[in-house]
Amino acid sequence: MKNNGHKSTSPAAHLPKCPTGIQGLDEITNGGLPRGRPTLVCGGAGCGKTLLAAEFLVRGAMQFGEPGVFIAFEETEAELKANVASLGFDLTGLVRRKKIVLDHVYIERSEITETGEYDLEGLFVRLNLAIDSIGAKRVVLDTLEALFAGLPNEAILRAELRRLFRWLKDKGVTAVITAERGREQLTRHGLEEYVSDCVILLDHRVHDQIATRHLRVIKYRGALHGTNEFPFLIGDEGLSVLPITSLGLNHKVSSGRISTGIPRLDAMLGGRGFFRGSSILLTGTPGTGKTSVAAHFAQAAARSGDRVLFFSFEESPNQIIRNMHSIGLRLEPLVERGLLRFHAARPTLCGLEMHLATMFKEIAAFQPAVVIVDPITSLLVAGTDSETKGMVTRLIDFLKGNQVTSFFTSLTHGGHALQQSEIAMSSLMDSWLLLQDFEGNGERNRVLYVLKARGMAHSNQVREFVISNRGIDLVDAYIGPGGVLTGSARAAQNSLERAALLSDQQEAAQLKREVERKRTALERQISGLRADYETEALELRRIAKQVGTQTRLKSAERMELGRLRQADVSVATGARGNAKPKSKQ
Amino acid sequence: MKNKMMKQARSGSTGGTSAKLWQLRLYVAGQTPKSLTAFSNLKTICENHLKGRYDIEVIDLLEQPQLSRGDQILAIPTLVRKLPQPVRKIIGDLSDTERVLVGLDLRPAN
Repeated sequence: MKNNGHKSTSPAAHLPKCPTGIQGLDEITNGGLPRGRPTLVCGGAGCGKTLLAAEFLVRGAMQFGEPGVFIAFEETEAELKANVASLGFDLTGLVRRKKIVLDHVYIERSEITETGEYDLEGLFVRLNLAIDSIGAKRVVLDTLEALFAGLPNEAILRAELRRLFRWLKDKGVTAVITAERGREQLTRHGLEEYVSDCVILLDHRVHDQIATRHLRVIKYRGALHGTNEFPFLIGDEGLSVLPITSLGLNHKVSSGRISTGIPRLDAMLGGRGFFRGSSILLTGTPGTGKTSVAAHFAQAAARSGDRVLFFSFEESPNQIIRNMHSIGLRLEPLVERGLLRFHAARPTLCGLEMHLATMFKEIAAFQPAVVIVDPITSLLVAGTDSETKGMVTRLIDFLKGNQVTSFFTSLTHGGHALQQSEIAMSSLMDSWLLLQDFEGNGERNRVLYVLKARGMAHSNQVREFVISNRGIDLVDAYIGPGGVLTGSARAAQNSLERAALLSDQQEAAQLKREVERKRTALERQISGLRADYETEALELRRIAKQVGTQTRLKSAERMELGRLRQADVSVATGARGNAKPKSKQ
Repeated sequence: MKNKMMKQARSGSTGGTSAKLWQLRLYVAGQTPKSLTAFSNLKTICENHLKGRYDIEVIDLLEQPQLSRGDQILAIPTLVRKLPQPVRKIIGDLSDTERVLVGLDLRPAN
């Protein structure tokens, strides 16, 4: 044991571990408690020492084939059985099957008179008998400090305790010793002095009237361990420590996509919606339609056959169903078909740890493909900022580890949509949508934009977000010189544009008519001219004819005159031909 | 290897005057000096105060460990007064005679 204290090279390899089977604790301690050595679990009253010890034994017996002995100094066997039955552990059955021995050591100072020298060999004998009777590998002493109350001689007791721990080590059993938290030191009677291999401190703190349990490994000789304070829960299935830092960033990722249920939003997200297994944050001020977006997503996912688990921290399931009905979503058939499940709880009902435990349990039971939390900020009242962030981290990690798409809505107050808590939370999220109110023109209008969407080309446009009785639609917002125009301003702008278009059209029609008119006028002119021309041509023909006749007449007259005047022969012969018609005349 | 000294010691009701029979049980774990001291101290006290009406049973837990549960034995040696009722427990080697007498209700505490 002393050698181990000085070993620095890969101590984990040298130190055998004894897995507790308690969710999370084995991760913090890199495999469990030191095998074959005693571990001290200390803490105030009601912080879960006995339950931790009991779970260590029960899981050892059930999961690791290591029988155990429970020496109870404070509770009787029956009480103990009843207490751990609340965690779903069948101690009676384990005792019957000889996997666990329960021994209640009763010690009452008023019944004992001390007369001289003694030792605690009786306890050793009992312990030895119990261990050997079932071949136990694990031992719990709960709470050893009862001895200090029962036995007056502290000097003897301390010497015997030292001997006891050495004896336990020699016996090779992995022991858990519980002790009350002391005022000045870890334990009231300084047991940490004897148990120096591993010390775990449990704590139950109340913050703003809400209690949270914490676990911290103070000391783990010869091994690496998480030194942080980890919240832990006592749920229906035992303890679970929730290590934030121990969860790695090594979950599988999917490139499959899932529709948002709003076609135009899908279009904004690279055309195909969110990534499966990603986490989505939707922030918005009150009344911007966060739940409606969530319900669209839920409906679309459930309709495509995915199981959807909807955690509501503000509205009852019936209220959501009714309200969503008004915008054209029919959720109740999906609920009836078992594809959509609601889980509603008041945030102040219990502490953060209990919420988280309930959520884990629901998720484990329902095995959803999509989880919606509406709104995550409600849980802020159940814990501090850092706790909520820690919780969300754990929830996201858990969901991502299970390839579940998670959708969180987040309520922001005040005019500014980006607040401290969102900034802290948004870094955990893969996609971040923002809903915002625009106030102006005596009305409030909503806009939606995609702030970030990891791993996909997404639209950078601000869209106006319109909720009608047919659901949500995203409308292109008008971006003018005065900024983004929405609502009636957008409508006014639209009608202005329409009017301009109309007048343009009218003008064009006017021009067209003008051209037509001109063309008709031209044609009319042309036909007038043609008529004139035809008249003139007719006249000309008539004149030409007349002129021809006159010429013939004149030449006939000339010939007649020539003949009469005895003109030369040639003229007379040339004129003879011409003289023929004269005979006709 | 039970010591001869630590065999069951019985003193029959020789006088027969007192109907009360004292039933005492001494738990030990092997032949340790403390156990031997306790047994001899007990013998002496009984002879002096309960002569003829006591019955001492010595139980060695190394031989019968299962008996440790019945009387809730932690400390060794432990003397248990089974009768008369109520049950009394005295731990230690019984070297403080005064305290033993008080513990056994043979002498009122003052």
